Amino acid sequence: MKIRYQPIVPFDPEATSRLKDEQHGLHPDDIFLKPGRIPHIWCPGCGLGVVLNTFINGLKMAGIPIDKSIVVSGIGCTGRVAGYLNLDTYHTTHGRAIPFATGLALTRPDLSVSVFSGDGDLFAIGGNHFIHAARRNVNLKVICVNNFNYGMTGGQVGPTTPVMAKTTTTPYGNTEHPFNLPYLAHASGAVYVARWTTFHARQLVTSIAETLTIKGFTFIEVIAPCPVGYGRPNKLGSGLEEMKFYRENSLVENGADPREVGIALKGKIVVGKFREEPRPTFLDEYEEQILKKFRRTEG
Amino acid sequence: MSDPGVLTGEHFITGDEACAEGAIAAGCRFFAGYPITPATEIAERMARRLPQVQGICIQMEDEIASVAAILGASWGGAKSMTATSGPGFSLMMENIGLGMMTETPCVIVNIMRGGPSTGLPTLVGQADVMQARWGSHGDYGVIALSPSSPQEMFNLTIEAFNLSETYRLPVFVLGDELVGHMSERVIIPPVEQIKRVERPRSVCPPETYLPYQAGENLIPPMACAGEGYHVHVTGLTHDEQGYPVITAPAHERLVRRLVDKIRFNAQRIIQVEEIALADAEAVVIAYGCTSRAAREAVTLLRNQGKKIGLLRLITLWPFPEERVRQLAGQARTLIVPEINYGQMAYEVERCAQGQAETVLLPLMGGTIHSPQDIMAAAEEVLS
Repeated sequence: MKIRYQPIVPFDPEATSRLKDEQHGLHPDDIFLKPGRIPHIWCPGCGLGVVLNTFINGLKMAGIPIDKSIVVSGIGCTGRVAGYLNLDTYHTTHGRAIPFATGLALTRPDLSVSVFSGDGDLFAIGGNHFIHAARRNVNLKVICVNNFNYGMTGGQVGPTTPVMAKTTTTPYGNTEHPFNLPYLAHASGAVYVARWTTFHARQLVTSIAETLTIKGFTFIEVIAPCPVGYGRPNKLGSGLEEMKFYRENSLVENGADPREVGIALKGKIVVGKFREEPRPTFLDEYEEQILKKFRRTEG
Repeated sequence: MSDPGVLTGEHFITGDEACAEGAIAAGCRFFAGYPITPATEIAERMARRLPQVQGICIQMEDEIASVAAILGASWGGAKSMTATSGPGFSLMMENIGLGMMTETPCVIVNIMRGGPSTGLPTLVGQADVMQARWGSHGDYGVIALSPSSPQEMFNLTIEAFNLSETYRLPVFVLGDELVGHMSERVIIPPVEQIKRVERPRSVCPPETYLPYQAGENLIPPMACAGEGYHVHVTGLTHDEQGYPVITAPAHERLVRRLVDKIRFNAQRIIQVEEIALADAEAVVIAYGCTSRAAREAVTLLRNQGKKIGLLRLITLWPFPEERVRQLAGQARTLIVPEINYGQMAYEVERCAQGQAETVLLPLMGGTIHSPQDIMAAAEEVLS
């Protein structure tokens, strides 16, 4: 057949470059952000800006060079974090950030590989990958931003939505029992399990820095407001009011039993560093038990 | 010093084992897979062999994870592969799309069995060839190779790696249960005779690097993880700097290039084998295990003086359109035996443009055509 193409609008590197230079570099942390990518797409009051910022501060605290830090994300609002960070970043398919990151982390053990994604991405469509990567103890730093719903698609029920919370697909209230994420992570084999809210920015920075400096599959749950998708139907108020709620209703209990930290609608939120139990990683064992046998001795 | 990745010499091994050896000889150092008949032997061979060359073999939780892992490994700079069969191939489609969109070199082997669904786990099929072409949503160009012997499982797996590195995309090796499970002599050449291609790499400074800016050959040079380029890789439509740009013009540029990089290079990619075509009035067009029966049928009929030839498709995609069109202008009939209800036959008929009649010899799977099946069809059209 004959083909008559539509005209191509060529890429304009100069316009792109201008856009990149505009105002970039005014803030000292701009070296951590990809030029020309801000403003971000997140809604007013969203917790993701806080999490992005704490991750940058976690990198600084841990002293990980940006050339050696990798972020892999899935799909959803949290999945967009990858696109803003001035690192090698991989925005993969829905639920598949962990197996993608597994391949990357196993081939480049010298790099620090973090996985950033939301509760729906990591625990609904990606739940199986999560438990298996934790079981294997792949050296991945998983940060799950839990806003109790699917924000990107406009506020549907997710695997962490509390019982009787309203979403667009549970208009009369959610009757399903949600996952308790720290318990799931701990039971699956994560070597580090913590939970903070976006109100606990400093503790979160410390936790992120801690996970970046230990080996193995680590898990941090960050409770974050989603005033548009989740806050509004559940009458939780604005992002600021949700932050006030976190301040008044969070209980810091380091070392808490992960079985006891489930979250109910408008209930108390237990936060803290719950577990740190190092064990050899997948690659430690593979190296020690298998690869070593076949390594040729020099000379 | 000998290379433990290349077992130079003569072997009597299955097609699946030859595939694994081809991968390792090509430089594959990362395999992720999930057990599935009739491709499991590839994973088993990789699990045994990869550690010997300091490579990593991991059994993932499913085929979705397997493809995701080999994409990640490829961005880590490794040559990577997975192997599966129909049901697993279906699960892989999502991340095959990611591999196409992000232009990630890797090799995906499908040892085809009878489908749909669980179908015939232990028996042959060839019904995934259109799935390989169109299986993931959206438009993109693909390369798929069809080995017809264990020796070709070795050779074409190397070729698949070389093509994937050259054109930056997941390349399919579409084997079938018969070729995967048959044992034959496989000659592995000396290491210096094995051609290994490496992906085009970025050489410019990070400040000026545009990860999806391609030159005239339409293949952008690749910067892998940890090389200081701070690349953003996304399955979203992206511009030349890799940033998500959700606009029609960006999509037009990107998707058209994803298709054109294979279209415009098709003549460099396509391989066929031609037997007795010069004066052929009937041409059998076959691939994979089916081409073995077709070869026998053509030989027997030629011995009887019948004007028949064989066009064996080594490359299924891109399809050798021009050669089929030429043959349609020369021959009266194009005979297409395949173990499905007609898939490549549609391509043949499309390219014939009414110049020659296309005769499909379908088989639903579980067995192979006999040479006599093909001979009977040929005798009918030649009489």
